[in-house]
Amino acid sequence: MTLFSQPNPQCHDFLNGAHDALANDRLQKQLAKSLKDGFQKKRLKGMSRLPEYEQLRDRARDIKIHTLENLDLYLEQFETQVINAGGQVHWAKDDGEACQIILDICDGVKAKTVTKGKSMITEEIGLNAQLKAQGIVPIETDLGEYIIQLRDEPPSHIIAPAFHISKEQVADTFRQHHADQKRDRDLSEPTTLVHEARTELRAKFLSADVGITGANFLIAESGTGVIVTNEGNGDLTQSLPSVHIAVGSIEKIVPTLEDADTLLRLLARTATGQELSVYTTFFSGAKRTTDMDGPEQFHLVLLDNRRSDLLGGPLHDVLRCIRCGACINHCPIYGKVSGHAYGWVYPGPIGSILTPHFVGVDEAHLLPNACTMCGRCEEVCPVRIALPKLLRIWRGRAFEAGYPAGLQRLALKIWAALAKRAGLYRWMARLSVFGLRLLGPLRPYHLPKPQGGTFMDRYNGGEK
Amino acid sequence: MMTDTQPCNVGLFVTCLVDLMRPSVGFAALRLLERAGAQVVAPNTQTCCGQPAYNSGDFSNAREIAKDVIEAFESFEHVVAPSGSCAGMIRGQYPELFKDDSTWFPRAQNLASRTFELCEYLDKYLDLSEPLASFNHTITYHDSCASRREMGVVDQPRKLLGAVDGLELKELADTETCCGFGGLFSIKFAELSDTIANTKVDLIKNTKAEVLVGGDLGCLMKQAGQLKDQKSKVRVYHIAEILAGMADEPGVEGNNA
Repeated sequence: MTLFSQPNPQCHDFLNGAHDALANDRLQKQLAKSLKDGFQKKRLKGMSRLPEYEQLRDRARDIKIHTLENLDLYLEQFETQVINAGGQVHWAKDDGEACQIILDICDGVKAKTVTKGKSMITEEIGLNAQLKAQGIVPIETDLGEYIIQLRDEPPSHIIAPAFHISKEQVADTFRQHHADQKRDRDLSEPTTLVHEARTELRAKFLSADVGITGANFLIAESGTGVIVTNEGNGDLTQSLPSVHIAVGSIEKIVPTLEDADTLLRLLARTATGQELSVYTTFFSGAKRTTDMDGPEQFHLVLLDNRRSDLLGGPLHDVLRCIRCGACINHCPIYGKVSGHAYGWVYPGPIGSILTPHFVGVDEAHLLPNACTMCGRCEEVCPVRIALPKLLRIWRGRAFEAGYPAGLQRLALKIWAALAKRAGLYRWMARLSVFGLRLLGPLRPYHLPKPQGGTFMDRYNGGEK
Repeated sequence: MMTDTQPCNVGLFVTCLVDLMRPSVGFAALRLLERAGAQVVAPNTQTCCGQPAYNSGDFSNAREIAKDVIEAFESFEHVVAPSGSCAGMIRGQYPELFKDDSTWFPRAQNLASRTFELCEYLDKYLDLSEPLASFNHTITYHDSCASRREMGVVDQPRKLLGAVDGLELKELADTETCCGFGGLFSIKFAELSDTIANTKVDLIKNTKAEVLVGGDLGCLMKQAGQLKDQKSKVRVYHIAEILAGMADEPGVEGNNA
């Protein structure tokens, strides 16, 4: 029996989610501040300190292209090397299988609590819900993830899961959940909040039975996984408990350490403007006899979850994504609606390409359409994914599946029928101009009053 | 007085928005192209570049419309559109639309190689040693995403505006961000589109410019609507109207509403 564990999508409700976000003044201020003055400026600054940034992007793109073309070879090499390093590799076909593998490992050590490093892949497979259903307590150790776990919310951004929440809200959440602390303590400063979270988490790090992390890269030549964090929580998660489970999807593979290094130079710069994240952690296998510390058991769960269906197809290039979040940070739509409106794990342009693949076009047809095709995402993508082109592929699939439906579809059909018949079109254009001028202030969608006459009529009438 | 090879035979792709909403942009383009030495014809069989279908995922209708455009403009040496968006559709997307069609792909590619956005074209062929026109106002310029990213048209409009007497350009902040128009997006996601446009309008107001100028009528209509909503006095013109000295017309959504 396979579990069905991926989170329940709410993508069909995008318009309501967007409406709520637009009506939320606090969120709007937060978005403007964190994106424009935050991520966008920091990326520019990070780029400006690296003259070879553009060449590095080409190099990164080429590494990804090469790896995806030879993915089977590199996956097998990776597996062999993990085993050589004393680890185990578990191939997981889908979300349910991945969760089952993890639950079985936890069961094997009678785990009561697991600590978790920030990982979008475990959001994708809905792991926390499955752990809880088995009576295992998952503890998110990334500060942002910890905050939203307390608030019982999904992440709103792939690298800054709680960036939609203000520090005042965090203070309220901590007061509510850290019941042992004095109620009237001062929580006005971010550093106080960080200290409090750190104190709460420290005991949990030490007592956890299993640590679960994701993986930013999986290095084939050495069987090494890489995670980047700014808090060091990943290191504590993977080295303190006796069991470390890393979950990585198949496209995280890179051939060599040098390739990982090239991508690492781009990842943090593009995401946060940092030259490198504060911690970059490499992990290979279980603790060896000569090691001072580390996990007794190391498991690598290699997740496909239908990514192999994308290989060689029209959406192939999306597998190049290194999840830096730049497309999200620069998307004018995301910048107004934030992450939750998208209704599933991955928001923004990258999400609008991935989500329909995971949850189906009937559920997610609005997402690839909720886009002005401005092309900013492609401009900032470090591995040069042509995101608008991929979004348009989904628009085609959505159209074939009957979206948009109803009046919108009818209007489009009528318009297209006219646009293909210039003579008839001229007549309708004439009528439309006349009608719109007549409508006065009742004209919809801020349409201005037409100047009068169509260009073609006036031009054909001899006007110059 | 050419600065590049002599243009002779130009097909004006009017664009459906200019045809319907603001013919003066078409006439301004016509005058400018003639001033650059071209013989200009706006073929009567043109309607639209097909973006509403294409961007809605209706590729089959988009292809049919594109075929009409390819045929309508087959005989012209150059094709010029007063819109980065429509020119971008023809140059960037038509070959993509026909990539699996061995008959139409070369024809689409051929048209793509002959198609230009108006400012891009004028920058090549117009003599700028004499002032183009006079316009005694401070303006700000909106780069449409299609012009900027699809067509790479950024410097050309600024260079052309520099040849207008009396005109002072105050650059808009955050000019690489979309104005929220997005074609049918502005209708399907109207609330979102308005909110994005309002942010742009705030930036326009920050420049204290009297006039907003741009190269894409869609963006301009969107922003004119929001400017009006915000009771702003900023007037809105297409760049062709400024360059051709035709900005004595009321602006987009100006006092003609």
